[in-house]
Amino acid sequence: MKKYLLRRALFALGTLIGVSMIIFVVLRVLPGDPLVAILGVEGHRSMQPADKARIMADLGLSDPLPVQYVRWLGDIASGQLGKSFFRGDTVRDLILHRGPISAEIALLALVVSWLVGLPAGILSAIKPNGWLDAVARFVSIIFIAIPGFWLGLLIVLALLFWFGYKAPIIIVHVWENPWQNFQQVIGPAVVLGLAQGAYIARMSRSCLLEVIREDYVRTARAKGAAEKAIVLRHALPNAMLPVITISGVLLGFVLGGSVAVEQAFGVPGLGRALVIAIIERDIIVVQNLVLLYAAIFVVVNVLVDLSYGWLDPRIRF
Amino acid sequence: MAGSIPVSVSEAVVTAGAEPQSSVLRELARFARRNPLSLVGALVGLAIIVTAITAPWVAPRDPLKANFARMNKPPDANAYFGTDQVGRDTLSRVIYGARTSLFVAFAAVLLGTTTGSLWGVACGYLGGRFDLVSQRIMEVLQAFPDLILAMAISMAIGTGMPAVIVAIAITRIPFGGRVIRSVAISVREMQYVEAGRASGASALRIMALHVLPQCVAPYLVLATTHLGVAIVIEAALGFLGVGVPPPTPTWGNMLADAITNLVPSWWLVLYPGLAITVTVLAFNLLGDGIRDTLDPRLSPAFLRMMSGGRKG
Repeated sequence: MKKYLLRRALFALGTLIGVSMIIFVVLRVLPGDPLVAILGVEGHRSMQPADKARIMADLGLSDPLPVQYVRWLGDIASGQLGKSFFRGDTVRDLILHRGPISAEIALLALVVSWLVGLPAGILSAIKPNGWLDAVARFVSIIFIAIPGFWLGLLIVLALLFWFGYKAPIIIVHVWENPWQNFQQVIGPAVVLGLAQGAYIARMSRSCLLEVIREDYVRTARAKGAAEKAIVLRHALPNAMLPVITISGVLLGFVLGGSVAVEQAFGVPGLGRALVIAIIERDIIVVQNLVLLYAAIFVVVNVLVDLSYGWLDPRIRF
Repeated sequence: MAGSIPVSVSEAVVTAGAEPQSSVLRELARFARRNPLSLVGALVGLAIIVTAITAPWVAPRDPLKANFARMNKPPDANAYFGTDQVGRDTLSRVIYGARTSLFVAFAAVLLGTTTGSLWGVACGYLGGRFDLVSQRIMEVLQAFPDLILAMAISMAIGTGMPAVIVAIAITRIPFGGRVIRSVAISVREMQYVEAGRASGASALRIMALHVLPQCVAPYLVLATTHLGVAIVIEAALGFLGVGVPPPTPTWGNMLADAITNLVPSWWLVLYPGLAITVTVLAFNLLGDGIRDTLDPRLSPAFLRMMSGGRKG
């Protein structure tokens, strides 16, 4: 088990190093001149070569690429993550300031998705092809198709229209004012959670239906157990593994989707920071935030993998 | 269909002769009967595609033409979907938006899924170190959340339609790669492929003539299921201001424009988003039907593959 854990961790580390290389290459090598990325084509053309060289040196962009890459790794190791081009603060400060609210949204979205998705999946599976099943499947197909940021916009608009309500627009941390903080995160969390919940409902339905065909479920039936008990007590625990896996995979949707959903709700989270950094072409901020998102995704999926051994005693590492 | 049983030799020959043409239709009819929702999806999708292609004739007005006499007007008989901040007709913009969104999505899926699939065929058939390295690369690509990777790439290679297409395409590569690789691995072990190898055919020839045709069905499934995702990513990029740049109307751009108002007008938010939802829904329904028809086993395996192909 320990050996497996170590191997899995090393593997994830390797993936993350690959991720960092891809980010680095995409942001530095593809545009050719990073100054074009910062100043735009027009600004770049109208600038003196000497000024260009000075700015490049200031930003640490005139060093050879391997040196820059190693310096970035050093920044990561030191925990400071480098500085924003436009603001004096480090990316670490940015993450500490804006990260908690995004993390709250992601966690709450996960809770919402299970609260909505699992019961829907179970209701579907208890009577497959019944009317409840039809409704649940129809609703989940719809929610998979609706873009989260649009649903978010509609909710914001409806609240504004009918109640004249707008969530606080500056960051309110949960330890400062829990109620205001809740108003800020609940919208994005529900929107993201519903989309995820649709996938979870689908997955739990199909897994339950697969498990229900197994022998031990037939035995339970033969015993005369009630259908509800069969589904909840016998089938459900064994149908959970793929559902947990899909939840880990869906985190990718949540992390990506939250960027757009935060924009829709006007929540000043990490996603907003990433969008602003991309529009301002603040390379240092972009590379660190993209790496952070990828790292969270990779780590959570490793944890999902490891949870298998704990949830299913048949699996030994 | 009692009449379908041939009663004489000549009739049998005639029906057999007519077979290739009508069997396609019969297949389609059967597909429609078994998947009524997919039929709806296909028809709606087709209608949207036709509207997009014929936009210059269908759209009531020029999507870029400002009309300062009629700014921010709610829907009325003059403009069925209302007008935006500078008086452009929302209906026309939604119709032209379909053009951009669909073109980007189709191009991106075609480029990404095809690249990924060819790569997957090579990985699955060749195996060995090439496969090992390729798998690591795809794993790394999949470690990024889709939208975030697309944002970073489109930022790097500059804004514009080609950049957006490439950015979305790159996020589609690993999905094609993984699914098609597993198909290629199972095909590699088949006897006719072995026979080809024994008769001295080159690896390239076997891959192109024997392995590739087996990958067509999963490829189609992949392409249709990813169309919806591509449309949403395109819209999100536009919404975030890193997609196809304005003034080109795209559904995402329109939503981004809408929220520049302090109090956004409901028609500017409702219609572009509705267009995205209906389009994605149509393609998803179609994709589900194609998947069920062509490869009933693909669905759970497909989801598992998304998570990195673990065996648990």
